[in-house]
Amino acid sequence: MMIPMNDTVISAEEVSKQFTLPQTMSRRLRGAPQLAVNALNGVNFTLKRGETLGIVGESGCGKSTLARVLVGLLDCTEGKVMFEGNDIAYLRGNARRSYNRRVQMIFQDPYSSLNPRMTVRQVLTEALHVHRMRPRAEIPGRIAELLDLVRLPDDAADRYPHEFSGGQRQRIGIARALAVEPDVLVADELVSALDVSVQAQVVNLLLQLQEKLHLTVVFVAHDLRLVRHISHRVAVMYLGSILEIGPTEALFSTPRQPYTRALLDAAPELDPTHRTTSVAARGELPSPINLPVGCPFNTRCPFAFDRCFVERPLLTERGPMHRAACHLTDFGLAPAAVPPMQTEAVS
Amino acid sequence: MTVAAPTATTTPRRRRARLLRLPSTLIAGAIILLVSLLLALFPQLIAPYDPTAFDYNALLAPPSAAHLLGSDSFGRDVLSRVIHAYGLDLQIAVFATVPAFTVGVIVGALVGYAGGWVEAVFGRVVDAVITFPFLVLVIAIVAVLGPGLTNMYIAVGVVGWVFYARLVAAEVKVQKRLDYADAGRVMGYRPLRIIFRHLLPNSITPAIVYWMTDMALAILLGSSLGYLGLGAQPPASEWGVQIADGKNFMNTAWWISVFPGVAIVITGLGFSLLGDGLAELLRTRK
Repeated sequence: MMIPMNDTVISAEEVSKQFTLPQTMSRRLRGAPQLAVNALNGVNFTLKRGETLGIVGESGCGKSTLARVLVGLLDCTEGKVMFEGNDIAYLRGNARRSYNRRVQMIFQDPYSSLNPRMTVRQVLTEALHVHRMRPRAEIPGRIAELLDLVRLPDDAADRYPHEFSGGQRQRIGIARALAVEPDVLVADELVSALDVSVQAQVVNLLLQLQEKLHLTVVFVAHDLRLVRHISHRVAVMYLGSILEIGPTEALFSTPRQPYTRALLDAAPELDPTHRTTSVAARGELPSPINLPVGCPFNTRCPFAFDRCFVERPLLTERGPMHRAACHLTDFGLAPAAVPPMQTEAVS
Repeated sequence: MTVAAPTATTTPRRRRARLLRLPSTLIAGAIILLVSLLLALFPQLIAPYDPTAFDYNALLAPPSAAHLLGSDSFGRDVLSRVIHAYGLDLQIAVFATVPAFTVGVIVGALVGYAGGWVEAVFGRVVDAVITFPFLVLVIAIVAVLGPGLTNMYIAVGVVGWVFYARLVAAEVKVQKRLDYADAGRVMGYRPLRIIFRHLLPNSITPAIVYWMTDMALAILLGSSLGYLGLGAQPPASEWGVQIADGKNFMNTAWWISVFPGVAIVITGLGFSLLGDGLAELLRTRK
């Protein structure tokens, strides 16, 4: 897989999202500030046309929130999402409709993402009709084409969602998104609700469609092997921040951030000789209401030192297109010889 | 806002199979109501007498071959009056509930989708209405506007829409959080399309079921108001008026009141069965 090097389609600039919690009476009486969940904290990345960006992280790290901000379902509290050079928050009228058409989303739950009272034909017709993708007479032909594209039988058109399996439903979701001929496809946990045998089917379908239709894909998932299989680049998220982002192979072979390594080490290894019982990250995910000062990972990082508790590391260059946010700029350079913690703290 | 929905594959055989799968309550309710409708449309074909014709030779006559369900204090045939009342009572069932249903469903869908302060204001309106007993509120409104069926329809509509709106709003509130609603938003569909084409068909079932019971309740209400002299005015035959007519003869001529009561029960049962059947039929399949 080559990384296409042409123009930027969509980018996030310092995107933050807070969900304010209802203010309790006792806090109001004490004059305490309103509590908020910090779902996203200054996320930056750019996406080139035809590229697949995998976004990984534990549950609660803000992956889904990021996906929803990208497609405009949620407005970001700070920062901006740029689509072809325009801030999506200021798109109105036709420009907004065009953005909605060109940035599509596929949802995680194949059971709630389709209207139970609409047949596949009604779902697709509506999408084609509202965005005037085809004249009315050509709509049935286009529906047959779309069903063929996602490998559903022709007679699927007049059936209701409950007549399909989870994998088939996900393919209906893909067909719905493709109906409006989007440029960007955001897949939020596309296959996590499916059986493993069906997962491969759906993921490979997505890969083929991407090549065929030159789609830009944001693939949000928690399954690392899946992300490695499908992505050109991978971003690792933790507590609403990107801790490391880089080309898939570079990131998987030489992670430059302790959290990335922890994630990779935690993934179950099939080869018993490579099994490890060492724990790379301790403890639980901190509350996104009270973020740790300094590096967000400092509460769990085995390599944390003074500076990590004071200063938040920024994403800095580690290799070609490979950036990580860690004060230990040498971390992971020579995987075999990671110096012990004390000496690293000095360096 | 029109999207064609051709269903080319429904063969006659498939249709017949679908008919067999209809819930039995739905079929029973539909039969009762169809018969009621026939009686309402063509009373003169079935009723043996003119409902307002006096027969002084048969005052308070008990059920017999001449008067199957007896006669009342003016010698009017009770069976004929019960049959002629079908038209008026079904009219009450429909006219008293349709405006409330329509307004309630639309308002409920909008309120449920909007949420926030709109929902808070609506919640207070609901509280205000349900604080008063329904019948007392309707009687008060009818008393102000004057007796008569039109004013009764207005009174029931003014109060009744709140119950439909509350049902629909609660359901829309649940549905709007589901992914298919988000999918509509991602597609860039306008809120009105999402509300009425996507959310409402998935939220309206409780309101339809309630509507069926409400029609039965409206007949009872019409009868109650008729009994109080605030609804249909004599000499029109209406079940409630008939029951009221018979109240002075309850010990000697029970048939004057009992048979209109039976008609109310059967019609109410028809609506309830239809409501149950519809609920079964419209239940979302998983």
